[in-house]
Amino acid sequence: MNIKMDRTETGLLLALPLLILIAFVLPKWVVNYVQVSLGTGLVALGVMIQMRAGLVSFGQGLYFCVGGYAAGMLAKFLGISDLFLLLAAGILAALIVAGIAGFLLRRYREIFFAMLTLAISMILFGLLSSTEELGSTDGFNLPSATYLGWAPEGETGRLTLYTFTALVVVVCAILLNRFLKSPVGYINEAIRENEVRVEYLGTSAHHAVHITYVLAAVVSSIGGVLWALALGHVDPEMTNWTTSGQFVFISILSGTGNIAAPLIGTFLLEILRVYAVEISPNTWQMILGSVMLLTILYLPKGLWSLLTTRKSTKPSDDSADKISVGD
Amino acid sequence: MAVLLETRNLERTFGAVYAAKDVNIKIEAGEVLGVIGSNGAGKTTFVNMVTGYLKPTAGEILYKGEEITGTPTRDITRLGICRSFQIPQLFPELPVIENMLIALTVAQQTRPVLFRPAINESLKEQAMELLRRFKIDHHAEQEIQTLAQGVRKLVDIAMATVANPDLLFLDEPTSGVSADEKMGFMKVLIDALKETRTAVLFIEHDMEIIERFSPRCVAFYEGTILADGPTEEVLENKEVREFVIGSEFHRSGNAASTAASVQEV
Repeated sequence: MNIKMDRTETGLLLALPLLILIAFVLPKWVVNYVQVSLGTGLVALGVMIQMRAGLVSFGQGLYFCVGGYAAGMLAKFLGISDLFLLLAAGILAALIVAGIAGFLLRRYREIFFAMLTLAISMILFGLLSSTEELGSTDGFNLPSATYLGWAPEGETGRLTLYTFTALVVVVCAILLNRFLKSPVGYINEAIRENEVRVEYLGTSAHHAVHITYVLAAVVSSIGGVLWALALGHVDPEMTNWTTSGQFVFISILSGTGNIAAPLIGTFLLEILRVYAVEISPNTWQMILGSVMLLTILYLPKGLWSLLTTRKSTKPSDDSADKISVGD
Repeated sequence: MAVLLETRNLERTFGAVYAAKDVNIKIEAGEVLGVIGSNGAGKTTFVNMVTGYLKPTAGEILYKGEEITGTPTRDITRLGICRSFQIPQLFPELPVIENMLIALTVAQQTRPVLFRPAINESLKEQAMELLRRFKIDHHAEQEIQTLAQGVRKLVDIAMATVANPDLLFLDEPTSGVSADEKMGFMKVLIDALKETRTAVLFIEHDMEIIERFSPRCVAFYEGTILADGPTEEVLENKEVREFVIGSEFHRSGNAASTAASVQEV
């Protein structure tokens, strides 16, 4: 793999120590929000990389939940609490589910893709809600994470998990940034624009969509494991449509222009929600809805577009319209 | 010359309607072939079948002696058969150079690569070289949606050539190009393709262009081949004149004026 880093990757690496430092500086409640945001931010990243291919997943909560429950079940039934094994379980479960579901979903686009992803996530919601062994709608608790036999407790345990979460999220974000610039990532942009042409160029759009879907699922499941460990609890709400809707909300709010955008967007949404609830406890959703509406109206490419300058793409003048035929 | 493509009794129906029937064509390596016919004659259906977009209801397609009937589009492209479109199929919100880079990225990708950058300086240079060949390099940074139709057509064709095809289908390359630019446009195109010795089949409604650039011509009518042979013979064919080009078309006069206009260019 090419180790040369671009600005986004350098920025993410520079942000890592700062991210870790705030755990020691900022109030505990803010750090908790950051930690939760990092977990859900990975799911938003999963939504974002699919959006780059023109696919909107209204069921990304499925893999958030698959990751959380896979880790939770490993802990609950086998007594395993090692972070690395829990992450591996979440990734494996997501690979299996997305690998199979991808064969169906890669054939669909636009609203059909959105509705099918939603339908599959709601099937899991129904299954988990009616499974007493997994706590039904209440879910179940997870133990504190251990690290290759080391079991930190109290404040040390909290800080260790936070540090690992920050590290994993930054590594995932860097890898996804590389994916977006890779041939498959590049083909995704082409699929969004014109799938017929992609096939005529000699590659399978279905294949690229399948790969992207599985990758998004894996990242979301990692988010699910980290989120579940941070809260020490999983429940079927993780795969409910309202949760999936939040991830789409974040992607629209933040935009798909940069891999860092959904991570920042997730944190902004958490903060927005906190203040919305404080300002208007019974109608806080209206505030969120209004923000969404204003974003779509005035920043259709999301908050990240405020940081980027649009390249000048002047329409051709008469002289440019002429095709040169001589030397 | 070796036969590159051969179709045998190719047929395609849509319900009770025959879009193509008993289409038998042989295309040799490096040859330039013009296809004429009124709208609905089966020209694009033929191209769609050979390039895998439509599955024939009967008949065979052989490429370099191997049967490729029903092969998916992407595999046909990989075999060396590419096409451009009557309505350019591009990535409209991206600049010309990005369109070319995507095409090159796909052409050079043999297996999915997930974490290695797609774009490098060498690829950019290849993209610019292709744009220079088609004399549209000065449009490199412009978004497709801001370009004139003629330039879009050339980008569409340039993208179809990134994989160095042995056989290239051009579906009405001059449609949407203004009358006074058509000859110059085709000259740029044919000159660029001559460099790579690509066999070219182009669909065209302008008989002057057919006369000027295509030594061989195939006339389609109601899904069947009405005539196939040297262009001057096909254009003089009684049935072709009656059903395809119209009896008022006069070859010699048009040919003379065409030659003059090309010289002016």
